[in-house]
Amino acid sequence: MTDRGPTLTQRLRARGLDGVTLLVLPCVLAIIALFIYPFLYGLWLSFQPKDGTTMGNYDRFFREPFLYKTIWTTLKISIPVTILNLLLAVPIAFRVRLMKHQRLLTTILVLPITLGTVLVAEGMLFYFGPQGWFSRTVMALGLMDHAPSITHGYWGVFLSLLITGFPFTFLLTLSYVTGIEPALEQAAATLGAGPAARFREIFLPLLLPGLAITFCLSFVQAYSVLPSAILVGDPANTTRVISIAAYQAAFEDYDYSLASAIAMIMGAVQLVVVAAILGARTLVYRGPVAAAKG
Amino acid sequence: MTVGSTKFETLRLEGVKRDFGTFNALRGLDLTIARGEFVALLGPSGCGKTTALNCIAGLLDVTGGRIMLDDTRIDTIRTEERGFGMVFQNYALFPHMTVRRNVGFGLKMRGVPRAEIDRRVEQVIATVRLQGQADKLPGQLSGGQQQRVAIARAIVIEPPLVLMDEPLSNLDAKLRLEMRGEIRRIHQSLGSTTIYVTHDQEEALSLADRIVVLRDGAIRQVGRPDELYAAPAHLDVADFMGYRNRIPGRVTAQDGGRVTISVGETAALIGRPCDGLVDGPAIAMIRPDDLEPTDAAIGIPATVETIEYRGREFHGLARTIANQELHFRSSVSVGRGETIRLGADPARVLIYPGATP
Amino acid sequence: MRASSRTPLTTRLWAFGVWSVVIFFVLNLLGLIGSVVTSSFATRWLGTWFPAGFTWKWYFAAWDEFQLGDVLWVTFEVVGWVVVISGLLGVPAAYALARREFPGKRFVVLLLLLPLLVPSVTYGIPLATVLYKVGFGGSLVGVILANLVPTVPFVVLVMIPFIEQIDPRIESAARVFGANTFKVFVYVLVPILMPGVLAALLLVLVRTIAMFELTFLVAGPGSQTLVVALYYAVFAAGVRAVQSIDAMAVVYMVTTLIWLIIALRFVNPTQIVARAKRDTSH
Repeated sequence: MTDRGPTLTQRLRARGLDGVTLLVLPCVLAIIALFIYPFLYGLWLSFQPKDGTTMGNYDRFFREPFLYKTIWTTLKISIPVTILNLLLAVPIAFRVRLMKHQRLLTTILVLPITLGTVLVAEGMLFYFGPQGWFSRTVMALGLMDHAPSITHGYWGVFLSLLITGFPFTFLLTLSYVTGIEPALEQAAATLGAGPAARFREIFLPLLLPGLAITFCLSFVQAYSVLPSAILVGDPANTTRVISIAAYQAAFEDYDYSLASAIAMIMGAVQLVVVAAILGARTLVYRGPVAAAKG
Repeated sequence: MTVGSTKFETLRLEGVKRDFGTFNALRGLDLTIARGEFVALLGPSGCGKTTALNCIAGLLDVTGGRIMLDDTRIDTIRTEERGFGMVFQNYALFPHMTVRRNVGFGLKMRGVPRAEIDRRVEQVIATVRLQGQADKLPGQLSGGQQQRVAIARAIVIEPPLVLMDEPLSNLDAKLRLEMRGEIRRIHQSLGSTTIYVTHDQEEALSLADRIVVLRDGAIRQVGRPDELYAAPAHLDVADFMGYRNRIPGRVTAQDGGRVTISVGETAALIGRPCDGLVDGPAIAMIRPDDLEPTDAAIGIPATVETIEYRGREFHGLARTIANQELHFRSSVSVGRGETIRLGADPARVLIYPGATP
Repeated sequence: MRASSRTPLTTRLWAFGVWSVVIFFVLNLLGLIGSVVTSSFATRWLGTWFPAGFTWKWYFAAWDEFQLGDVLWVTFEVVGWVVVISGLLGVPAAYALARREFPGKRFVVLLLLLPLLVPSVTYGIPLATVLYKVGFGGSLVGVILANLVPTVPFVVLVMIPFIEQIDPRIESAARVFGANTFKVFVYVLVPILMPGVLAALLLVLVRTIAMFELTFLVAGPGSQTLVVALYYAVFAAGVRAVQSIDAMAVVYMVTTLIWLIIALRFVNPTQIVARAKRDTSH
């Protein structure tokens, strides 16, 4: 090695590659081994159907209504519930941001997220069931003369996703809403903007990128509705979502190839929705939401 | 229609109070501001100056008293209907709008036709000297430029009242001086009534027609800058106006416009009496610039601890036998450890009543 | 209050509407959780507002019927390993990503975002297939490996902003005063990073206890965690007394809530779903 010019280590360091950078390696390798490799393996497996053709699984999926209808069933539950969650979360987050003691409310709302869909489904079966407090209250108030049938159907799954999904959407929205510098609203007010104009001109454009992310993350949650679709839904029929189809193919028919194909289709459909939303996001402003500082 | 679109003669704060729970941020403010005036609210942090400004802007509700614009009561109207222009401490520029849209926002909210908005925005951008920057986003501008946008946005609506909340506090020293000049120039060319909040006495002295000194939510003194500078009405105002030397003594003679107080065993100070001075303990307040080495026998003896050259003259710190620090000015260098006598021109010494024992 | 006197009626009605929705939601949520808890203590509860009497016996019944001792042990084992491994993999990676600019950094970040953006069932099925093929299917190791997929990226993404807000000059200062890499790590980085690491790992802990899909797809009879065992119990409802399933649900709730309460001492509830917010001082 000559003594002129930088050494190899120095040149690598200049490009940002040194001992510290190597710390990402174990993490990256783990994700490649546990996420990328299985995914690629699944992709490969999906083209090895039992009938020996290449596209057999995909042919079958899009030919059999029993299978392809699950896409529609899944979207019919997950998209409305995500939109409703967002529509509820935004106005409520705007109210809550003015509260001094938000912590109690946010703590209560974090409960269903941490307890998870299985427990919520278990609770719903009883609470919304014919003997449950909800039905009793509805009847006692004279709103209905018989117990409402909520569980074991579309609305059971819908409600379950609302109960676990709304707090998630709300807390995410709240973190975006409170991230907006309050002086911006005050500035708009001094310039003559009323509440509606402040929302339209200041908050909405600043929030849209965050709301797009919130929509995507909430949608991902609602999209894989496996436990609630089985427990509080009608898994053979109206709530036979795509994850049930994949699960049944893998663990009831032991057709891993078809199961992988369904999982790939599931991922592709979800990706299309997320990409559409994120694509729309790039059309709006994406910079900092705090006031610009010098 | 905003109330502010009409011309007005006076803005009156009548016993304005603001409580936060049990904390009284404003304890009944009375103040009258005439059209065209540049008024500075001056005080240390926590004195209530920003609270007062926010109450006038309508960003905070008052909890007592009222605010009148001529005969209209304005503290009950919402911020957006008051029509005042405001410059915020962090500028609060809308990060997603270009300079042009930021400046035009207030006009758009007033429903001004597009063509007129363009014309007026163009004009005001020229006033604050931001030509060529109009289509940039605030994030692409320097601190000083952002400051200009914030001012342009507030004045383009031709508000009856411009409110400024420590607008220069985020700028570096050089830019601060430059923007100070700019704010004065804009005020003089537009003649807009301005209320300016600051904790920097120099800023207040150089910009304002009238200064309101606040402390603990109450007005301590109102006056022209030269009045406040020469004759602060209270010890704490004097302290705030740069009277750093605070020398306790005892009144020995009062003779009309002159008072003599004894300081320690041998020394004495002659100065101007302030309100409420009686025989007994007193406190003399002197600026470092006015305290100089003297040959007079009554000068206060003190030992020089540090001396530093400030260009043209020296500033020193000396300590008396009573272990009191004195900041002084000297045209010649004095050696460290030397014992000197310090004295001041009686016209420059303010004598306040001292704490009753 | 003067504030209300100048608030227009529509605004007040709107606020009233918003709060009504919140209160309705919270009441139902508490009712839902409350009915599970009440039922778990009920002797007999049929056709009335409240059960006929209260008893502890379902807890003993559930403990035996569902082998809760074993299930809890498995749960803690899984959670413990997942927390430790995701901390060891995630924190150093977050440090590198926060401190260095290197070619391919965007790619690494994307790689870490993907597992959080793809529903767990989607990658869970191929992952389970691979784990069964290499012989980890149904085992504790398999469950731990599967759970690492979402938790490692989660730790990294929570830690990056936390590390970024620490002034790198602190580390430089330590070096200037003669600390070598090891000493910088022990005396400077660890104490500064500790609160963030603790918060991130507590969140991992809570999420792993509640992680259903991945564990469900990979676990075998001996490697079920509490939430999966609960699912099977609910799924097979009718075989056992409802109260006994509810008792198990309460055990699950208490296990989660203890950790949730501990976690909430260190983090804001919004952080459970969102990234740690940076301190913005004005």
